[in-house]
Amino acid sequence: MIDLKDLSKNPERFACGHRLCSGCGAGIVARQVLIAASKFDVVITSATGCLEVSTTIFPYTSWKCSFFHSAFENSAATCSGIEAAYESLKSKGKIDKDIKFIAFGGDGGTYDIGLQSLSGAMERGHKMLYICYNNEAYMNTGIQRSSATPIGAHTTTVPIGKFSYGKKQNKKNLTKIMIAHDIPYVAQTYVGNWNDLMTKVQKALSIDGPSFINILTPCRLGWNYKVQDIMKISRLAVDTCVWPSYEFEKGIYKINVIPKQKKPIIDFLKIQGRFKHLLDESKSYVVESIQQYVDNEWEYLKNVSTNTISY
Amino acid sequence: MIKTVSKNGKIMAKTGNEAIAEAMRQIEPDVVAAYPITPATEIVQIFSQFVSDGIVKSKYIAVESEHSALSATIAASAAGSRAMTGTSSQGLCYMSEMLYIASGLRLPIVMTDVNRAISAPINIHADHSDTMSVRDSGWIQIYSENSQDAYDNIIQAVKIAERAMLPVIVTMDGFIISHCMEVVEVYRDIDVKKFVGIYKPKRYLLDIKNPYTLGSIDLQDYYFEHRYQLAKAVVDSKKIILDVAEEFKELFGREYDLCEKYMIDDAEIAMIVLGSTAGTIKDEIKKIREEGIKIGLLKIRIYRPFPVEQVVENLKNIKVVAVMDRSDSCSGAFSPLYSDVVSSLYSHGIIDIKVVNYIYGLGGREINNLHIKNICDDLNKILLGIEKQPYEVKYVNIRKK
Repeated sequence: MIDLKDLSKNPERFACGHRLCSGCGAGIVARQVLIAASKFDVVITSATGCLEVSTTIFPYTSWKCSFFHSAFENSAATCSGIEAAYESLKSKGKIDKDIKFIAFGGDGGTYDIGLQSLSGAMERGHKMLYICYNNEAYMNTGIQRSSATPIGAHTTTVPIGKFSYGKKQNKKNLTKIMIAHDIPYVAQTYVGNWNDLMTKVQKALSIDGPSFINILTPCRLGWNYKVQDIMKISRLAVDTCVWPSYEFEKGIYKINVIPKQKKPIIDFLKIQGRFKHLLDESKSYVVESIQQYVDNEWEYLKNVSTNTISY
Repeated sequence: MIKTVSKNGKIMAKTGNEAIAEAMRQIEPDVVAAYPITPATEIVQIFSQFVSDGIVKSKYIAVESEHSALSATIAASAAGSRAMTGTSSQGLCYMSEMLYIASGLRLPIVMTDVNRAISAPINIHADHSDTMSVRDSGWIQIYSENSQDAYDNIIQAVKIAERAMLPVIVTMDGFIISHCMEVVEVYRDIDVKKFVGIYKPKRYLLDIKNPYTLGSIDLQDYYFEHRYQLAKAVVDSKKIILDVAEEFKELFGREYDLCEKYMIDDAEIAMIVLGSTAGTIKDEIKKIREEGIKIGLLKIRIYRPFPVEQVVENLKNIKVVAVMDRSDSCSGAFSPLYSDVVSSLYSHGIIDIKVVNYIYGLGGREINNLHIKNICDDLNKILLGIEKQPYEVKYVNIRKK
């Protein structure tokens, strides 16, 4: 567990003045990750995306630690190159400090175009933490569907219309894919719980090997909510179990936040503009199918988290 | 046999790939990230054996694609290490996006590209389509005629890259050089290490006391200047390349220039070529000269930056020139080398010269002495006024039906 009092003494390494929207989750993720990592020297890489373009407008930067961006699909490969250079220079005695490596990518840069690069870096076992700030669509280019976009969501490439209720396919379960890589640490967390997020970041950084954290990160523009509702929406994602907070460590699943009372998925959907059309009576079958999917996944997770054996 | 020029060099039998791997062992970069592709695979295979046997202390990243190979190499270089990679054909195409980023970030990466045709149809043999497709990416491009050239070029490339703060591609023709066993003079490790020196980057990501942001978004108010600086650096690197060649000559004895002249000083007709075909042309020129025909060759060693001044200087008194392209721009407006030669001449007011574009050897199609002889005959007919200069590209050794 993290002591908030201790954390407050840590220097901020993510400077204000960046151009992220009000009510955006990405800035919260970046700031909390850096605060959680504050006892280490870190080098950050990022995929092209909102976080990168909004924080590094030349000649300014929000990053007080070294930050590197080169392209969209290669944040993981990039981070692995820096880590390899570090290992090489350290073995030759040219660097003596302990440095941690963190790669950021949105869901487009992680679930879709960057999946190969991520899979390769994780399989090779580089000592790095990959963080997906998952806002469930290509938000930087203006809300296009990605493989992380949930069923029923309106996006500009699968818009709602006379013959469309938005995306027809379910989102890809990337966290499961990363678990299947058999890396030492995989977790899901969300923006509305600083303690859960930062504890996971600290855990991931303490591990000798690759780790992956998938963070549900609301996007005000793409999800279409009131600025002040960001935390509420994130927490509803966990309370409805559409985005459970859990971790997978050395073969053991653990649900980190168990809702006191599991809420119906409609509570999560109804306060977001991207799902507004699902409230219509004629679309109740879509909501029912989402509820069914959430229930199945939640049962699966509860099952594996009580029946797995550590290795 | 070749002549030993370095006092302490050792004559060895090596393929082009082996010669490059040998140079990489001696350079011992901090990081190598690469992905297998015919005909370049052997380079990284041999090098990873050096890593596994502890012969080099380099870190080798066996990545999952060429895109990641160059991404990781770029990152390793930005991190402050000396980083190298190698590829060919489809691999270079797949790296294409990252090639522009490497040069735009001014990272001194050295890469070997074993020239191979581009799909489709799939073909694994030599032509220059791969490196020509990225000729405007801001990388210095050095073409090699044989294994010795390839070995010497890669050693010089490290120094050129770090001094110019530009990435460098050293090329050699697939199979013709990469797999052909030749006599190569290999220098002493200690001399190669002394020549390349220790890499000391000015600014790097792992310099934790001086952190910085690299790869920022650069909008209307800065981008143009940064791209201009890159273009200028590429052009200005000619001096650096010549300085490095001079230092190389001092230590190892071999001479290098931007271009290599062969019997061109008194020539009336000439050929211009890149890569291994220069050897065939030299051999044929020797024979043609015996017939009293004044023919010469200008081999372009440094294709990027293009040696405009040297091309103009050496061609200004020539009457008819054949520009030999081993790639096709499919444009109806002539091929890459031809376009560069003609614009160099025209911009310098040299317009009273007949320049013919020949495309040869795509996908490893044979180019032999007889083909060269036929081209020479064509040029001679144009010189004597028997035939007119053709207005279109001529294809060598091809079935048109």
